[in-house]
Amino acid sequence: MVIWIILLLMTAAAVMAVLWPLSRHRALAAQQVDPDTQFYREQISEIERDRERGVLLPSEAEAAKAEAGRRLLRATGATAADAFAAVGEPALRRRRAASTLALSVIPIIALALYGAYGSPHLLTHPPEQQAQASGDKMDLMAAVSQIEAHLAQNPQDGRGWEVVAPVYIRMGRIDDAVKAYESAVRYLGASADRLANYGEVMVLAKDGLVSSEAQKVFEQAVQLNKASPKARYYLAVAAEQDGQIEKAKQAYGELLSSSPEGAPWGDVVRQRLASLGGEQPVAGQEDAPQIGAADIARMVSGLAERLETQGGSPEEWARLIRSYAVLGQRDKAVAAAERARQALAQNDAGLKTIDAMARELKLTDAAP
Amino acid sequence: MLVEAGHFALTLALGLSLIQFVVPLWGARANDPVLMSVGPVTGMAVFTCISFAFLALTIAYVTSDFSVMNVVENSHSAKPLIYKLSGVWGNHEGSMLLWILILALFGAVVALAKNSIPQRLQANTLAVQAAITIAFLLFILITSNPFTRVIPAPAEGQDLNPLLQDPGLAIHPPLLYIGYVGFSISFAFAIAALIDGRIDAVWARIVRPWTLGAWAFLTLGIAMGSYWAYYELGWGGWWFWDPVENASLMPWLAGTALLHSTVVMEKRDALKVWTVLLAILTFSLSLLGTFLVRSGVLTSVHSFAVDPERGSFILGILIFFIGGSLALFAWRAPMLKQGGLFAPVSREGALVLNNLFLATACATVLIGTLYPLALEVLTGEKISVGAPFFNFTFLPLIVPLLLLLPLGQTLAWKRGNFLGTAQRLYAVFGLSLLAAMAMFAFEYGGPAAAPLGIGLGVYLVLGSLNEIVTRSWSRGTPLAVAWRKAANLPRSTWGTVLAHAGVGLTVIGIAATAWGVEGLATLKLGERLKAGDYEARLERVIPRVEANYREDVAVFTILRQGQVLGTLESMKRLYVTRGMPTTEAGIMTVGLGQVYVSLGEVEADGSVGVRLYHKPLVLLIWIGALVMALGGGVSLTDRRLRIGAPARAKVSPAAPVPAE
Repeated sequence: MVIWIILLLMTAAAVMAVLWPLSRHRALAAQQVDPDTQFYREQISEIERDRERGVLLPSEAEAAKAEAGRRLLRATGATAADAFAAVGEPALRRRRAASTLALSVIPIIALALYGAYGSPHLLTHPPEQQAQASGDKMDLMAAVSQIEAHLAQNPQDGRGWEVVAPVYIRMGRIDDAVKAYESAVRYLGASADRLANYGEVMVLAKDGLVSSEAQKVFEQAVQLNKASPKARYYLAVAAEQDGQIEKAKQAYGELLSSSPEGAPWGDVVRQRLASLGGEQPVAGQEDAPQIGAADIARMVSGLAERLETQGGSPEEWARLIRSYAVLGQRDKAVAAAERARQALAQNDAGLKTIDAMARELKLTDAAP
Repeated sequence: MLVEAGHFALTLALGLSLIQFVVPLWGARANDPVLMSVGPVTGMAVFTCISFAFLALTIAYVTSDFSVMNVVENSHSAKPLIYKLSGVWGNHEGSMLLWILILALFGAVVALAKNSIPQRLQANTLAVQAAITIAFLLFILITSNPFTRVIPAPAEGQDLNPLLQDPGLAIHPPLLYIGYVGFSISFAFAIAALIDGRIDAVWARIVRPWTLGAWAFLTLGIAMGSYWAYYELGWGGWWFWDPVENASLMPWLAGTALLHSTVVMEKRDALKVWTVLLAILTFSLSLLGTFLVRSGVLTSVHSFAVDPERGSFILGILIFFIGGSLALFAWRAPMLKQGGLFAPVSREGALVLNNLFLATACATVLIGTLYPLALEVLTGEKISVGAPFFNFTFLPLIVPLLLLLPLGQTLAWKRGNFLGTAQRLYAVFGLSLLAAMAMFAFEYGGPAAAPLGIGLGVYLVLGSLNEIVTRSWSRGTPLAVAWRKAANLPRSTWGTVLAHAGVGLTVIGIAATAWGVEGLATLKLGERLKAGDYEARLERVIPRVEANYREDVAVFTILRQGQVLGTLESMKRLYVTRGMPTTEAGIMTVGLGQVYVSLGEVEADGSVGVRLYHKPLVLLIWIGALVMALGGGVSLTDRRLRIGAPARAKVSPAAPVPAE
């Protein structure tokens, strides 16, 4: 609220700056001097002052005065023709028009442009307050920047890079995560897990595409540990993306058969395999063949983490709820809706969005 | 909150500028002093608003407010305070804000100078100034907003480009912009005169200090940029004929011409139309420079085509102001009253010649800069027009100009005597020839052009000083009297002499680069590298960690003919946040020359790639520029610039010494 008053006062001051000289017509009209001849008169008196101060030699002063005098004569002749117009009805009308112009143009332009390009919504919810509202987020941010500062001083601390990398992924700073894993590999040496993580984040950075660089990283990981499930999975995905369907099928199959019962990646691999075999096609698979269910699950959990730690807009919460519902994780969707209601408690419009989403997905009946 | 208020102030400034454009212009048409008096007040108000916006952005930088996109992209909380400040204008958006701040500052100064400018001229000038402000405010608000927010705010910024984290670049843009934008005032005065259809010596007198000031700052800005390129880029070069450099050189050349033609107009009421045209062209070239640097068209025409919003906006501004002003010129110029005739051989004639040479040289640079761009647009072929082109075209135009310079300075107004003038310069010719021959004998076997260049430089310095000598000393005069006379010469005379002598110093510095030597080797600890008489011995390489960068410091001992001169450090830095390496050359000044060490790769076994240069007299290049700018400054302090006392025909020996 205070800020609006300040902006209002600023606008008023700007308008006054124009109205003020327009209101001084009496003083000016009383003088009744032509500004041009006035200019030369003042110049002559200035020359006189300079001579007295000794800045100019008397001969110089005389010459300068003579020249200014000649110009004064010429100026008087020039302006005598067009009458000097500070008083009278037309002058009054002009002043009124100018005042109206100032009163309308300045506020309209300022408000229109500020409304179009400014961030007026931040005025009612200043970022400082938003920051206080989500203390967790600040803690995470502070921790990250502490680690970053530490790494800037000790860039060879591979452990640090390895710790910060997953945090970057959660914050959505994928490119930074790639760099962090790269540094971790460089300073801690290559291990199958580390390389697999490094490769995975490279894939994320490419929106799910396994680039040839990433493929090399996975191959290295498999060399170090033939069992590495993550690396083998992505190598299979790479084969799939290259169009080598049979090879991919075989790789998925081998991965499944060598995995222990109930391995967390089992479902993902089975879905993938199914989509290749033409059996039980997973919804949406044809539309986005290069993004696997694993990626979707990861994106959703990334979004969830981010909303949990940093907060977010009602639309983002709604997206999370819908994602859970689409993935068939109804319990999680209900829980997310609950969390969203808590987080957006002070935001009426936001609550409506969440409620509408919950109704649409028929989550409300199941809510305990 | 402050950031938003700053943003709002910028939009208010736009509204006020519109009023400042319409109302005073109308007042001048209707001859209404009340409406005209709106101009100065709005000029002040616009300046207040833009200063506030600039202050708000500066505070955002100093407090590392990462909710502002611009701060995130160009700052880092660990950056030293001075680079947080210089970061404000170390990026596109901020530098445009600085540009417009200086524009508004000059508008405010014009507004305050109500006793030295006739009101109609002032009103029209402020209106033109407001039109420029409107165009650039719209550009900033619509395409380059420095106040864009990011919510939630990132915890850390991306740091300023490391090449810009340097004291030289902290002050280079403000100097350059004061120069560029200063010419906008000359432009505004020229357009105001065209609108009013009246132009005379008073106009010239009012415009000259502005041109002079802008020119002096532009000189400093170019010199600063050149020195920065010299020590920061690590190649030891000081001028690369790069389009960005040319963009600042072109307004400088045109501005130099303008400066001289205004003198003719002020003294002799001649060359009016030409002066107005030059004022328009000079500012047009400043705008062109802004366009070249700010639109991204230089990095590649392709990138311009991909994101054309900014570029085409500035191009629009460019076309509007250049096209509009030239159209106005074509329409009104024939109505201006002509005055002042002069003989071909006279001070005026020499100044016309000066103008022709400068304008042609400027056109050469323009072609050399724009031709590759045009070719790339039309055929997609990328060519680079480098030093050879400019050496073949620019130098032949500049050398005769420099040869004529002392002659013109000595010629009388109206009708001069060429032979008499030449006679007065005999001594100077002789000494310069002697200097050239001495240099040639001394450096026998060296490049042939260098001694000639030195001779030309000496000739320029002596020829300029000659003016002081002939005006204050004749055979038999005691030195004390001569000295007093010299001290009493008008400041503008001293300014001219200094500026011209500065040109001479720069020419000497440039000519001496021909004697520069360099050595290149990979050194292990204790090994030496030789360049001419100088040797560098690698003592040690130590890693060092600072707040926002790490560096390998190589310490060298510098020897001349086996004798130790001292040690210097040369660095290779890595700025962590951007992951960007830079080199910091190690420089030792020996007399007016410099020993310059720049590092290549630091190998794992501790050996270092090293480049060693010895550059004799190289400092004169920039000292010359400083002296030129100093000349401009001295000339500015001349009281007569303001009140316009005509020059005295001769100094009477009995003239009393002025006492304050």
